[in-house]
Amino acid sequence: MATALSLTHLGSLMRGVRSVDEVGADERAASLAKRSIKKSSKLWALDLAIRCMDLTTLEGQDTPGKVAAMCAKAIRPKPGDSTIPSVAAVCVYPLRIADCVEHLHGSTVRIASVATAFPSGQSFTSIKVAETEEAVRAGAQEIDMVIDRGAFLSGDYQRVYDEIVAVKEACGQAHLKVILETGELGTYDAIRRASILAMAAGADFIKTSTGKVQPAATLPVSLVMMESIRDFVRETGRPVGFKAAGGIRTAKQAISYLVVAYETLGSDWMTPERLRLGASTLLNDVLMQIDKERTGAYQSPDYFTID
Amino acid sequence: MEVRKTYKLFVNGEFVRSESGRAYRPDGLVNVPRGSRKDLRDAVRAARTAFSGWAGRTAMNRGQILYRAAEMLDGRAAQFVELLGGGARARRELDQSVETLVWYAGWTDKIGQVTGNVNPVAGPYFNFTIPEPTGVVAIVAPEEPALVGLVRRVAPALCGGNVVVALAAESHPLPALTFAEILATSDFPAGVVNIVSGQRKELLPWLATHMDINAIDVAACTSDEMKTVEAAAADNVKRVIKTRSEEHSPHLITAFMEMKTVWHPIGV
Repeated sequence: MATALSLTHLGSLMRGVRSVDEVGADERAASLAKRSIKKSSKLWALDLAIRCMDLTTLEGQDTPGKVAAMCAKAIRPKPGDSTIPSVAAVCVYPLRIADCVEHLHGSTVRIASVATAFPSGQSFTSIKVAETEEAVRAGAQEIDMVIDRGAFLSGDYQRVYDEIVAVKEACGQAHLKVILETGELGTYDAIRRASILAMAAGADFIKTSTGKVQPAATLPVSLVMMESIRDFVRETGRPVGFKAAGGIRTAKQAISYLVVAYETLGSDWMTPERLRLGASTLLNDVLMQIDKERTGAYQSPDYFTID
Repeated sequence: MEVRKTYKLFVNGEFVRSESGRAYRPDGLVNVPRGSRKDLRDAVRAARTAFSGWAGRTAMNRGQILYRAAEMLDGRAAQFVELLGGGARARRELDQSVETLVWYAGWTDKIGQVTGNVNPVAGPYFNFTIPEPTGVVAIVAPEEPALVGLVRRVAPALCGGNVVVALAAESHPLPALTFAEILATSDFPAGVVNIVSGQRKELLPWLATHMDINAIDVAACTSDEMKTVEAAAADNVKRVIKTRSEEHSPHLITAFMEMKTVWHPIGV
């Protein structure tokens, strides 16, 4: 658990964050995305992508029925094929946690809930803390919180930091993923600063986006965040996980995120404990690619369950 | 100054080189892209995306667009006659192609009335049958005649509201690849027709096994090829079309369509 930093310490921490070479980051991400992963390596990567997936539904129209269907899919992504592993977790709004508890009982799939006035984060700290506590009480094992970008962009790092510390405390045993919403932070420098800030405040995971803002997760942004994790781990020895979310729809994209994670953070991060891919429509494409590798024929969404 | 043309594939409304970077020289003079299985994959994906939009257009609008393709083709008659070898025979082939497009343009809003029906049933049901597009149709164009052979298969498929991935004649791909320029300027939405050139032997199995292709036209294939395709097509119960016909026919339109019958309760 992170201890509260005073204003002066936080200031020096933020000033100590080195700036990011934007052109270099873009180029490195682009070159890693070109890497060709074929045959058995591809099957391994696709299997890992499923094991690291947070199957997500965050819509105003989510119903208990829809969440039940998603839970069934999370446990057994392809009915009738036990070689396909369960996903890591499902990610829902707080009111749908109870449905997940009911339908995921006895499975390895964890329950993640967004909280803290998702997706904007523009609400009172007391409400955010209360929402987190309620979510954990309802059965959430992982909390995906958003940072208050308004405070961050206006330079009020202390407020952002204190909020993360407070929410982390409210989480108790639950894992805390901190969403930076990189699409609203503007520069790679700000993303790196927000990453360090979130990790220093006690985040178990840092996560790119809510999926409600464009651009959502991109490869270079993920690279910048992973490099921040790498440097933070080197400094403190505390491993922090990474979650990419928003806009990851194809197996090919998912594999490129795995490649960047492997090259930046190493093989210790090739596990759902430290790496997650948040997605609502990615799973079917991964299943189709697995079938393509196994059968040699291109697949059709007609033969897979609807997400 | 002579500008030499680079022939390209037509995928998703764009003229692209083969992703494989390969080319071949069917006549020993011009480089033509040698499409790969991944080009077909991209073409099928584009077609699938375009399907609901094309099938959802009004029949009249589909007819207008097919008719416009005829206008565009006629407007570039001289170029096509030259491509087809010149002379009266080439001119006849071009005229037949234009006429085929006009003929099927007229059928778009009639095929439903002519082949659909209200069926007499012994029960309190309003029972009717209507033709519906099958979906993504793969078409293997015959080697000869290179232009009208392709048009005679593509036009009826489009007429019924299907979307098409066509394999150009391997030995004479230029008319098909140039015909793509006609399609590109006729208001067909991107992906409705895709034309890929390459080696039939290499590409045909990928079309036959592709789970997202709903029908495959192999009338231009050898009987051995047909047998292989039929076996592979069984996996997703593809419609395999073997009807060889030089004549225009509404039956060729329905060959690419499915008959849907609806039982609607009445008086209950």
